[in-house]
Amino acid sequence: MTRARGGRRPPLSLLLPALTVVGLLLLPLAYLVLRASGDGGRGFRILWRRSTVELLWSTGLLVAGVTAASVAIGVTLAWLTTRTDLPGRRIWGVAAALPLVIPSYVAAFCLLGALGPRGLLQQLLGVERLPEIYGYWGALAALTLSTYPYVLLLTSAALRGLDPSLEEAARGLGRPQREVLRRVTLPAVRPAIGAGALLVALYTLSDFGVVSLMRYDALTRAIYLQYRSLFDRTPAAALALVLVAVTALVLVLEGRSRRRTHRSSPGTARQPRPHRLGRWTIPALAFCTAVVGAFLVLPATVLVYWLARGLERSDWPWSETMNSVTASALAALAAALAALPVAILARRHPSRWTRVLERLSFTGNALPGIVIALSLVFFAANYASPVYQTLALLVFAYVVRFLPQALAGVESSLAAVNPRVEEASRALGRGPAWTTITVTVPLIRSGILAGAALVFLSAMKELPATLLLRPIGFETLATDIWRFTSVGAYSEAALPALLLIAVSAPFVYLLSGRREPDATEHG
Amino acid sequence: MRKLVGALLAAAALTVLAAGCGGDDGDGTAATGTASAEGGGSLVVYSGREEEIVAPLFERFEEETGIDVDVRYADSAELAATIAEEGDNSPADVFFAQDPGSLGAVSDSLADLPDEILGRVDADFRGGDKWVGTSGRTRVIVYNTDALSEDEVPDSVFDLTDPKWSGKIGIAPTNASFQAFVTAMRLDVGDDRTREWLEGVKANDPKFYEKNTPVVEATASGEVELGLVNHYYLYLVRAEQGEDTPIENHYLEGDDPGALVTVAGAGVLVGAENQENAERFLEFLLSDESQRFYTKEAAEAEIPLVDGIEPREGIPSLEELAGAGPDVDFEQFGEELERTLELLNETGYTS
Repeated sequence: MTRARGGRRPPLSLLLPALTVVGLLLLPLAYLVLRASGDGGRGFRILWRRSTVELLWSTGLLVAGVTAASVAIGVTLAWLTTRTDLPGRRIWGVAAALPLVIPSYVAAFCLLGALGPRGLLQQLLGVERLPEIYGYWGALAALTLSTYPYVLLLTSAALRGLDPSLEEAARGLGRPQREVLRRVTLPAVRPAIGAGALLVALYTLSDFGVVSLMRYDALTRAIYLQYRSLFDRTPAAALALVLVAVTALVLVLEGRSRRRTHRSSPGTARQPRPHRLGRWTIPALAFCTAVVGAFLVLPATVLVYWLARGLERSDWPWSETMNSVTASALAALAAALAALPVAILARRHPSRWTRVLERLSFTGNALPGIVIALSLVFFAANYASPVYQTLALLVFAYVVRFLPQALAGVESSLAAVNPRVEEASRALGRGPAWTTITVTVPLIRSGILAGAALVFLSAMKELPATLLLRPIGFETLATDIWRFTSVGAYSEAALPALLLIAVSAPFVYLLSGRREPDATEHG
Repeated sequence: MRKLVGALLAAAALTVLAAGCGGDDGDGTAATGTASAEGGGSLVVYSGREEEIVAPLFERFEEETGIDVDVRYADSAELAATIAEEGDNSPADVFFAQDPGSLGAVSDSLADLPDEILGRVDADFRGGDKWVGTSGRTRVIVYNTDALSEDEVPDSVFDLTDPKWSGKIGIAPTNASFQAFVTAMRLDVGDDRTREWLEGVKANDPKFYEKNTPVVEATASGEVELGLVNHYYLYLVRAEQGEDTPIENHYLEGDDPGALVTVAGAGVLVGAENQENAERFLEFLLSDESQRFYTKEAAEAEIPLVDGIEPREGIPSLEELAGAGPDVDFEQFGEELERTLELLNETGYTS
């Protein structure tokens, strides 16, 4: 304790939990190394195939495309809904964030149902042929739909927490609005944009549902092909390690972009004067309408259309709803608790090692669910059989997959809290652990809640790990959707899909409507 | 601060409580299940077959025997991988799979079946002594009845290389059933002829789908005019879209590889805790009554594998199919699959 007060060396009460968390999160990686190196390293031969290089390229194209589209849409919407006089901006802000609750595989089904060959739109227009939706553009659209809200939510929160006096000063110096935006506002929220873009990129890397429905060849499809067609876990593990390598590259890139930014601490909780859109009001409204129309109204319409076709056959999935909420709430709680020591260590004791430790916890986020599931099947069935196929293991799988989302929330809030507040507490004789609980946590509670809400939403949607790790007979809304879509019964899948959206929606409202109480706390 | 901690604790308590209630629910039903039981006991099944299709079978088995059945539904191949990872610690007693491939992949983990079970099914539809086929399906050409009349539909898959089918064929090249069909073709007519066929069909610009169901849906919508699928998907799509959906199956004759018959099947795990119940379940699946279920009640109308049970009207029986299809051995399929996938990769069907 005394050592911690003086130097930068992290106290054991912080280091131990952080190391435990990251160690547990690395289980899938350990599993992959074990599998890929087994059988005389035969699995690695697949890496020298030409098709693997092509897959890397096509995966890279998709990640770049989805990330760019999500940043463009998310940042524009964030600025419009927090900083301008856009009519109905609060409502737009919530509506535009809502696609976050639509599972990407449902989004793909809906896009195909609406825009695919002989889909709703074609019937409506009565035309013979629409442009092909399968392939790159279809995958890009479906993945952007489910991921741009990450950028929107994190950027909005950062914009709201930003001290308006910076921009006012720049404006006072006679800078035109566009330059203020480009040189002051955007750089200040760049860490938030980067954090959002990172979540988007990792989601895209891990996704299998969309690329398989849209028939786009990405690395995850090749991994599934090994499991599903060849029943061969060795090359599958080698390919998954490639995915880990790509993740590492993405993390390094994001880390670089973060280093080039300056940080300003939030000063006042004053509301900034909204920017007048003037003649840009109509185009801005058109943009919001287009995004909300394409990414929320369109899929919802398809679901309602399907629902109307099969309503009389459906039972209300109450217990499934309850199970989804229970497992996701526990995952949110566990992820928030697990993220705390890692985030505090990385932010309050910055060094190369704490940084590496924090980045290592991202491993699980970019791996497809099947890999996480099988790794936990292996470890739990063989070394921890009492927890195997229990709710606890399922919750743990969610934490492994989604911890970075909790981290994003906690870290963005931590960055905004002046460390001197914590130092003062320690100077007054409170130990580091007690300081964390009584001072830091209350100050960053909105960030913790935001991170927990993101994990909750992701866990609600999660399917591949849920299928294999859930307690036997434990049905969730996601497994219900799968159960019906796997036999093509879309009209029956629509009800659990709409319920999933309905149950998740209030959390998006909380996330998007969230003020920055951190700032008022010490403002 | 105290309020926040209170709120967090309350939330935690609530969720734990909710989890507890969920668990109680499960135990509650389990208790009633045992109470009404005559024989009792339990059984754990990993089912790669869809809940929508096989759940009634499990319910009947429970009613009949009083045995409590717990079913884990997931993709067959993923369950096979799960069983492999679990090793000796698998909680599963029975693996009920969609295809011979998944069963073959875990055959080391499967116990030898007693002769009474094996004897119910022709040796062609078993995986040695390790698993038995429980229902059959045949490859067909599904076609859109608005676009084609039955005599316009080719009688051999080899006719599909004709340029007149350009842009009109639907295929699910990453699906196990299509891959099994290509393997059968290779074993039947050789790699060169198969490559020629694959290239010829590829030149006709076929449309690729993820699974069989989307192929049939695309045929129904007219996106393609015909598709290469298993026979029963027609019935699933009709159940969703209505009986008047403009699709029909065209069954191929002779020894055309397009008439391949394959099976779904089941096996008992070596370490099964409830081995007796597991064998009882397999006997149940092969009972006349359950076999009739496939023909009369199940939405997907599969082909019964046990002697003397007729399939649903319009679906050929095993005897009628006996002459059809290439003469191939399922046990070869596992080892041949890699070469099939290479061929599909080289000819541009998969990556």
